[in-house]
Amino acid sequence: MNAPARTLSGADGLKRLSVATPAQPLKLDSGRVLENVEIAYETWGTLNADKSNVVVVCHALTGDQFAATPNPVTGRPAWWDRIVGPGMPVDTNRFFVICSNILGGCMGSTGPASKKPDGSYWGTDFPIITIADMARAQIALLERLGISDVFLCIGGSIGGMQVLEWTIQARDRVFAAVPIAVAPRQSAQNIGFYETGRQAIMADPNWRNGTYLAEGTRPEKGLAVARMAAHITYLSETALKRKFDRKLQDRQTKTFGFDADFQIESYLRHQGQTFVDRFDANSYLYITRAMDYFDLASEHGGVLANAFRGLNTRFCVFSFSSDWHYSPEENRDLVRALNAAGCETSYVNIETDKGHDAFFVEEPEFEAGLRGFVDAAANARGLPKARA
Amino acid sequence: MTSAPNTNAIRRADHVAIAQFINKGELVLDVGCGDGQLMELLQQERGARTRGLEVEQAGVNSCMSKGLAVVQGNADADLPVYPDDAYDVAILSKTIQELARPKFVLDELSRIARRVIVSFRNYGHWRVRTALLTTGRIPNLGHSTGWWSDGARRPCTARDMAELAAEAGLVIAAATAVNGKPVTGGSLGRLNWTADELVFVLERKKG
Repeated sequence: MNAPARTLSGADGLKRLSVATPAQPLKLDSGRVLENVEIAYETWGTLNADKSNVVVVCHALTGDQFAATPNPVTGRPAWWDRIVGPGMPVDTNRFFVICSNILGGCMGSTGPASKKPDGSYWGTDFPIITIADMARAQIALLERLGISDVFLCIGGSIGGMQVLEWTIQARDRVFAAVPIAVAPRQSAQNIGFYETGRQAIMADPNWRNGTYLAEGTRPEKGLAVARMAAHITYLSETALKRKFDRKLQDRQTKTFGFDADFQIESYLRHQGQTFVDRFDANSYLYITRAMDYFDLASEHGGVLANAFRGLNTRFCVFSFSSDWHYSPEENRDLVRALNAAGCETSYVNIETDKGHDAFFVEEPEFEAGLRGFVDAAANARGLPKARA
Repeated sequence: MTSAPNTNAIRRADHVAIAQFINKGELVLDVGCGDGQLMELLQQERGARTRGLEVEQAGVNSCMSKGLAVVQGNADADLPVYPDDAYDVAILSKTIQELARPKFVLDELSRIARRVIVSFRNYGHWRVRTALLTTGRIPNLGHSTGWWSDGARRPCTARDMAELAAEAGLVIAAATAVNGKPVTGGSLGRLNWTADELVFVLERKKG
């Protein structure tokens, strides 16, 4: 059977459930509470009778719940149908897959672009949220769907941070976990890059101290610059050289001006421009702030291993050799802590020049390794093979 | 393509020799675990819990598809991140003679695990000695492109390995020829003559 879907609000066709009400508010790490929270989500596959085949996919910073099918609002293709779908490593013929838009996001879940009970936009009145708060809201969503145990929790980047929070919060209710291209704490370098992006947004006169939705303006220039700066960190120097090097864009010579002479400039401008069409600037502020605050060790007495001690979850961590956003070294810090905590842990560092974003694109060794881990875990969990 | 688990695969003799020293429920780290054959054997026939360390992608993927926990890494570099006494046993099966830093690795493993088991080719065997005497060359260096090439084996004998163990603060708790019965005590000289492949069980020196 498929999980029940009740559309609570919005005529946009997105599936949503209320996960917090004034009677049962969502308590946040900041000490504040949210009395009304809706989480938008999407599902694929069929929930089995004993509800043992549930996979939770956690999306990255600018992702959404449309991991395996196109987004009907933006028209963009599924962002992870290489991994999630019929016959894919996360096989929707075998598993019941749920992906939800994160708390603070802008694809139907409650966030700064949502309205308060009084009808005005949250904007920067929205409370600061953390990765743990996002996982809290997702766990509440699954409870509303009548699901307590998760076979697999998987995600990359900030999605991987959510995976780690899941294993800790839903203690021993997560059978297997796959954090990809992640770090147990946000580095100073990343905080620096995201602060640059936030300052670009706030410096845009159309940001209006965060009230642009009420005022009918959009800080598009600031948000585009934020995206351009961040996007560089998702690629690698080797790949930039391979794809663009110093090649000129549709011209034979330099123009001695500030037009996009170089292909890399044109590419980044395009990335920035297409991003502003689909993303809310305040959401970008809140989600990047949540990443900055992420430091699992500090939440567990300064010892990262303490976060995982005694967990029965089997882990498989993937990193990518050319990723400098969340480097192999940072992923190894996580693996070391998992090992020190005695968790059953696998770790794979994929050789690639595709940088942080490698997990979105064709990477055969990653897909083969992931398929092997997921299949073996499903067999260990006693899940029947997919029907052909 | 990754291969399916194959319980009918021909077992490596040194794996069988190592397995007899593993007890039920022990947590074992297999350093240089390849495609996970030894870990499977230890799980299935000795009831051990296993973790692997392997540098090659193909071996890592093969282990994961068998449901074996494996960390992709390099024994010469990655062992310091493991905590003290994390394992009951650490195993180097036909690996120690291929390492860049065998003493460093043995030091680290004896910190990480209470027992270290090594299997290795014994260059003290009488055939090797005879060959050296008659041909003037060391046989079986494990690399077709010459003793000087990368990855060429370190041609040590049983006595040489005992010396390394002592340097690392370890004692030989048991020793066996791969196709023989385990011995303890003063038989090292005889094993050094007669065994072409050896397994040493090393333990920390008491006190």
